[in-house]
Amino acid sequence: MLVIDSVSKTFNPGTVNEKKALDKVSLTLEDGDFATIVGSNGAGKSTLFNAITGSFYVDEGRIILGGEDITYCKEHVRSKVVGHLFQDPLKGTAPHMTIEENMALAYLRAATKRHAYFSRISTKEKARFREQLALLDMGLEDRMKQPVGLLSGGQRQALTLLMATMVTPRILLLDEHTAALDPATADKVLALTEKIIAKRRITCLMVTHNMHQALSLGNRTLMMDGGRIVFHVSGKERENLTIDDLLEQFKARAGKRLDNDRILLST
Amino acid sequence: MSTIFSLSILQSALELGCIYALVALALFLSFSILNIADLSTDGCFTLGCAVGAMVTLSGHPYLALFAATGAGVCSGFVTAFLQTRMGVPSILAGIIVNTGLYTVNIAVMGFSSNVNLFACDTVFSLAKEKLSYGWYENWYKLLITLVIVLAVGVLLSLFLNTRLGLSIRATGDNEHMVRASSINPLFMITVGLCVANALTAFSGAILGQYQKSCDINLGTGMVTIALASLIIGETLVGKGSMFKKIAGVILGSCLYRFIVALALRLNVPAEALKLVSAVIVAAAISLPYLKEKSAFYRLRTSNQNGYRKEGSADVSH
Repeated sequence: MLVIDSVSKTFNPGTVNEKKALDKVSLTLEDGDFATIVGSNGAGKSTLFNAITGSFYVDEGRIILGGEDITYCKEHVRSKVVGHLFQDPLKGTAPHMTIEENMALAYLRAATKRHAYFSRISTKEKARFREQLALLDMGLEDRMKQPVGLLSGGQRQALTLLMATMVTPRILLLDEHTAALDPATADKVLALTEKIIAKRRITCLMVTHNMHQALSLGNRTLMMDGGRIVFHVSGKERENLTIDDLLEQFKARAGKRLDNDRILLST
Repeated sequence: MSTIFSLSILQSALELGCIYALVALALFLSFSILNIADLSTDGCFTLGCAVGAMVTLSGHPYLALFAATGAGVCSGFVTAFLQTRMGVPSILAGIIVNTGLYTVNIAVMGFSSNVNLFACDTVFSLAKEKLSYGWYENWYKLLITLVIVLAVGVLLSLFLNTRLGLSIRATGDNEHMVRASSINPLFMITVGLCVANALTAFSGAILGQYQKSCDINLGTGMVTIALASLIIGETLVGKGSMFKKIAGVILGSCLYRFIVALALRLNVPAEALKLVSAVIVAAAISLPYLKEKSAFYRLRTSNQNGYRKEGSADVSH
């Protein structure tokens, strides 16, 4: 369970560039919840994610994950239980290291003992990695000794997804993770995402610019604007909502039209 | 070849190549893998030599190697501490430590600018006593340096494939990914720099015992020399497994020493050696780029000539 309790963050305070990126945001996600987030440019979607991953510390408020207050917990410590996929497929993997080595790094999350530092990748783990790669159905299981830099963006993103969920995270953050991929690959990665999330019942937050996805994926939809969550819908009400209704709601709540230069109204 | 190189020149070039290969390996770790230009290398090399020389002088040539390595770890830790915990930019951290080490090194040598070890036992003189009865009697120095550098090479490649090693490599490769994988990049930088500087100081200690002296200016220009070896090695080997890359760095270091030996043979004065190494580094770094450029110019010229032959408009005027 993720509880975000009136979290605020202001960038460059006291300067002309002062920007209130998060304005008393509160949000509670139950275990197994899958919420999509839409919003205009600069609404604070990525800032919210970065607050959860710990790229910066928030100015006020608390973030509680799985009953544990992680507000001032260091980023690399949180990432043991927080999975994060970036929009840029190049950010999630180390290009000059092999697929196998990348997976071994992701699997470090499971390591608890210090002496594991000096251990090497075991044959058993290799077999396990191979098995998981085969699930991607991209032929990567036969290229485990190749550097990740040789893979396509879609393959790298699929691998990153696998790595982020290798040890089941308490929360998975997807920041438009299919936006930089071509449509066919994006569909494939998205299908994979849904499959993994459903199978493992992973709690998930996903930023999307695709209004159709915003309503069809998961069980909740959030809309952000000006660092606040302006609209929140779930359950029955959400099922009956159309894309037009969603845009209408945004206009009513935020007092302006949803202006996101990447917004897609595809069905 | 034999007219330019006598066997003994070849031999000493190889010996020095093996010793300096350790510094090249240190830069391989800090510069190539961690992506940090560690400019404390010069001072750290002298530190290793000074500490090694003083301990050797007191009669413990083997302990000297360990003491020097330990001193290197400390120096690396200070550099890493400055950049990971004090917010000093990495290049500045190296320069600061390098400057500070000058005083430390002088102090270690008892506030004198050089120390000589002619009167006491070194690893090499001890080995000479044991290895003086076979075909190898003239090769014992090469044998020792070769064994050391190969052992360090194998250990380093094993280390870089452990989980800790993988984490260090990932830190230099993609920091975003590292933080998202529950690895602390600051810790990895610290470990990486400690290991790299340990190698540098170890190399300094061996060189001190090899040439039976230590001088405060011994390390000047060491970064450039090691970088030259590293780049020659990377150009030679290119892509490949960790072990292959490490072997390439060692080869590069030996090759560099051959080039220097050649320069000396051609009566380049010893004072000009620093300039020679600077030229070699500049050439080694720029060669791949120039090769690409010249391929493009050739292509362009041949295309333009092709147009002329066909009698179409001459685009070059």
